[in-house]
Amino acid sequence: MPKLVIDGREIEVPAGVTVLQACEAAGVEVPRFCYHERLSIAGNCRMCLVEMEKSPKPIASCAMPAADGMVIRTDSPMAKKARKGVMEFLLINHPLDCPICDQGGECDLQDQAMAYGFDRSRYIENKRAVEDKEFGPLVKTSMTRCIHCTRCIRFATEVAGVEDLGATGRGEHMEVGTYVEKALASEMSGNIIDLCPVGALTSKPYAFTARPWELRKTESVDVMDAIGSNIRVDARGNEVMRVLPRLNEDINEEWISDKTRFACDGLKRQRLDRPYVRRRGKLVEATWPEAFGAIAEAVKDLSGEKIAAIVGDQCDAESMVVLKDLVAQLGSPNVDCRQDRAKLDASCRAGYLFNTTIAGIESADVALLIGTDPRREAAIVNTRLRKRHRMGGFAVGVIGPHNDLTYKYDYLGGGGQTLVELANGRHGFAEKLKAAKRPMLILGQGALARPDGAAVLGVARKLAESFGMVRGADHASGAWNGFNVLHTAAARVGGLDLGLVPGPKGRDVAGILDGAEAGDIKVVFLLAADEINTKRLGKAFVIYQGHHGDSGAQRADVILPGAAYTEKNGTYVNTEGRVQHGYAAISPPGDAREDWKILRALSERLGFKPAYDSLKQVRARLNEVSPTFGRPDAIVPSAWGQFGQAQSQVQPQPFLSTVVNFYMTDPIGRASVTMAKCTQAFVLKSAGKTGTDG
Amino acid sequence: MAFLDRGARTLFLWELLSGLALTFTYMFKPKVTLNYPYEKGPLSPRFRGEHVLRRYPSGEERCIACKLCEAVCPAQAITIEAEPRADGIRRTTRYDIDMTKCIYCGLCQEACPVDAIVEGPNFEFATETRAELIYTKEKLLANGDRWESEIARNLATDAPYR
Repeated sequence: MPKLVIDGREIEVPAGVTVLQACEAAGVEVPRFCYHERLSIAGNCRMCLVEMEKSPKPIASCAMPAADGMVIRTDSPMAKKARKGVMEFLLINHPLDCPICDQGGECDLQDQAMAYGFDRSRYIENKRAVEDKEFGPLVKTSMTRCIHCTRCIRFATEVAGVEDLGATGRGEHMEVGTYVEKALASEMSGNIIDLCPVGALTSKPYAFTARPWELRKTESVDVMDAIGSNIRVDARGNEVMRVLPRLNEDINEEWISDKTRFACDGLKRQRLDRPYVRRRGKLVEATWPEAFGAIAEAVKDLSGEKIAAIVGDQCDAESMVVLKDLVAQLGSPNVDCRQDRAKLDASCRAGYLFNTTIAGIESADVALLIGTDPRREAAIVNTRLRKRHRMGGFAVGVIGPHNDLTYKYDYLGGGGQTLVELANGRHGFAEKLKAAKRPMLILGQGALARPDGAAVLGVARKLAESFGMVRGADHASGAWNGFNVLHTAAARVGGLDLGLVPGPKGRDVAGILDGAEAGDIKVVFLLAADEINTKRLGKAFVIYQGHHGDSGAQRADVILPGAAYTEKNGTYVNTEGRVQHGYAAISPPGDAREDWKILRALSERLGFKPAYDSLKQVRARLNEVSPTFGRPDAIVPSAWGQFGQAQSQVQPQPFLSTVVNFYMTDPIGRASVTMAKCTQAFVLKSAGKTGTDG
Repeated sequence: MAFLDRGARTLFLWELLSGLALTFTYMFKPKVTLNYPYEKGPLSPRFRGEHVLRRYPSGEERCIACKLCEAVCPAQAITIEAEPRADGIRRTTRYDIDMTKCIYCGLCQEACPVDAIVEGPNFEFATETRAELIYTKEKLLANGDRWESEIARNLATDAPYR
């Protein structure tokens, strides 16, 4: 524990930290551009120069390890002069285009030039100009503004795991780029926009549309995948302008995936902004009483088993619990939240959670991925896996899709056969699992969403138990639970927690569709459920409540316009079982309303008396159904138990990932122009298609 | 003896005569009243009148949609929306000034980095309806084209003192 003196104050810091970190610990601000706590140290911007006693020159504090007895001064004339000089050099080649730069107002260089710079320039020669690079549909470049901090290069290489970016040339001729022009093929590429301390890399879809001081900032939670990344929604008027990450060490650190960041333009298109009722085969605009009247007419004198409800992938827990109560009052056991027909067992909570937790990945030493492609299903989890991989001593085995995951892994096989072999210890990788101190497995929806899913779940449980992945009762006593289910739907864990699965003699999604096709099910309620085959709904009366005119709304007989995740105060449970609250940044368009309010009004119209009138009361009801909802942001340990069917046979077909196109997994993504451009640039191109080939 | 003095002044109507004397001197001095619509007084080059949006000599509009005027406007009279133009350049799609809100403080032209928004010498823009006082981008650019020579001269005159 070295002790050093910073600005006359003595401070003790942990061994191995740098002088800059020690200054931060002492509460002294040191300006910096290239240094970033989650990236390797480059030491090339020189902005963090401080004076060190017995050193003839100022030192770069970000690259100097703190040592015992150092005397550091950050406010001495030498340090100030050094900063001023560095800033003047940086500004020599930085264009004076702050008024047209999107970074203006939130620019590190602007702020630090104000705080540490000189108010005029002595440079009268010509400034350097650099040709802009083409980085694809998400990142806009203006390379003349680049100050060569290399944060983007280090991010791409270290965190995103795509070695696309680099620097060519030296000194004034240095240029950051891809060398051979190409789009940044990473699902995390948007983060370099946040990392860039100047306006060299800015967001293409957001270009020139707003200024930071115009935006109203709302801290919320993402629903594009099941990770529940913490986000900040920036809105201007009643329009979401952009989505930025929010720091949460346990979930997304400070990164978010491109889908989370850029799909928000889909919130403005294809919206359902008023109720519709189908009359003579055509959907016509209606009022709320008309829509409710049509529903009341359809469910009148209908017995419970002829009514069914399917819950979508992005629903908030509030609307799900109100729907659950409504369906129960109608006397129907047919309700399911597993649109992709994943054979998840709602009876044992540990059997459908990411028990290790995302931060817990860092303490694992062997990981087995079964039927999952985390890079496309949950980019944040993949980033953690890569972070763990970079720490060293981490073996990854994959059964399932054979894709580039940005880190090395052992490909064990494609299908159920390999899984059974491994579970019986007859596979080479079993040795690694046995030798591991903290082994983990990640079970994807690709392995569960198939007819033998329950058997796969059973084998995975057996495998977890036989290789000692589940030890001790809970996390608190130093125990380890390496059994993880990686979800792709933000509403899935919440739905399972609330028990939105078929009741006794109830039908699951497959059963509901079969029933609707055969005419046994007369009324189907789709709560933002778009991922089912709507052609199979037969002649059933379909009520669709959701925010986008996607496949569900097209088939619907009554459309109830709901709110998207940026427009309602909702509760979401991520794949770890972490309960998080999202907040409304804007209000829903037109006549659309918050989803739980619609369902509550509907149940009143149908003659039931709901026991809740306010969000607080609905949340109390949530808490009553599942006590985990009473502990937001916390991991509630869940007991290990019996789940899955270990007896039945696992089929040998290969496990396929459920996510084919990372950019379009939900109605918002499908309505987004940016996501369509990304699909064009990254998915179709790599598949050798042109986009006009049908 | 003061009563004699006061008595004499009252008797000879001194106050009245001195007042009339002043009146008669003004009768022979040059007139300051202007026959307004036909005659106009001089204006300072710094006069802050009706707003205009200027163009470069090439015809390209100056405004770059930096939104500094919108941010600085104390009356919040300016509304700007921007997006990349077809050639990728940052330009406004909407530039509205609510002239009924404007307090003619001149902060917008102080803030403008490219001298695009300027308060010109025109002060005769009274309208019959309020709606006509919501100036759009087209109106402001047309104003700019109309007043460009005067504004350019005013800016040049004032430049040494800025």
